[in-house]
Amino acid sequence: MPFVPDSEEQVTRYSRHILLPEVGGKGQKKIGQARVLVIGAGGLGSPVALYLAAAGVGTIGIIDSDVVDLSNLQRQVIHHTDDVGRPKVESAKAKIQALNPSVEVETHYSRLTADNALDIIGGYDLVVDGVDNFPAKFLINDACFFAKKPLVHGGILRFDGRVFTILPGQSACYRCVFKQPPPPGMVASCQEAGVIGALAGVIGTIQATEVLKLILGKGRPLTDRLLDYDARLTRFREIKIRKNPHCPLCGAHPEITQLIEHEAEVCAVKP
Amino acid sequence: MRVTINGKAEEITGGTVLEVLKAKDVEPQMVAVEVNSKMLERHELGLTRIKDGDSIELLFYMGGGR
Repeated sequence: MPFVPDSEEQVTRYSRHILLPEVGGKGQKKIGQARVLVIGAGGLGSPVALYLAAAGVGTIGIIDSDVVDLSNLQRQVIHHTDDVGRPKVESAKAKIQALNPSVEVETHYSRLTADNALDIIGGYDLVVDGVDNFPAKFLINDACFFAKKPLVHGGILRFDGRVFTILPGQSACYRCVFKQPPPPGMVASCQEAGVIGALAGVIGTIQATEVLKLILGKGRPLTDRLLDYDARLTRFREIKIRKNPHCPLCGAHPEITQLIEHEAEVCAVKP
Repeated sequence: MRVTINGKAEEITGGTVLEVLKAKDVEPQMVAVEVNSKMLERHELGLTRIKDGDSIELLFYMGGGR
């Protein structure tokens, strides 16, 4: 349900937003009308979905094909102990609605594939990447490019995190940096390598902030620069990225003209 | 020569980017490399010579999210 400026409950709920000159009643209304898709209801998806819900994003779509596992709870703060065994999308929906009943939650209890990606993504204004594998990250990047949807990319591993905002066609995309997924088995996943739980909160809340800025059209988005966070040293670093003319997706002579699914690399880092 | 690698000043012997990666034991398939904010194509790694004062970024894949 969009923000209703004459509802006392709504004005009070969002008062700390409305006080900001960059938001105000107008901006809060924009937030209330926005449709955001969160891909993955895990470490990153948890803080993203919770903060977007608290902020009053009108419609939050969540796609995830997993059920909650006990080992998720160390960082996936939208899921609670009682949720173990429950589909993550349902668990996430329940928390979002408890936090802010006016948010519409659309659940997609499935995997994002080359067949369904454009349909699902097409129904939203903005997309957040909270997935844990490279084939999915490349698929999301490509689908957002074809559907022309702004994408806030995120990644976490061990003590390192990264955020990168992509405005398709305007700013550098993920393939401008990484042309293709790494060879299977060469990059560890969180499952194999571990991840410090609170890191997911740092990166996820930056992603949520990026989404709100894009909805409001305020500030400077994290485009054409990667933000890398080293939690060991508590150091943020920004790396300038230019739109790559040789990018296989958004470059001058694209090789990728339709959605492709890279082979699932699954979890097989060599010991 | 003195260069900056991922924001840190380092003393290296020089050579091509590929040689720098080898010396640092970095598998070329595992990184995207920028020199002075220009992204290098894979085939350029062995052709691009590092100069004194260059700023090199080694961007590793970071896949997690769960």
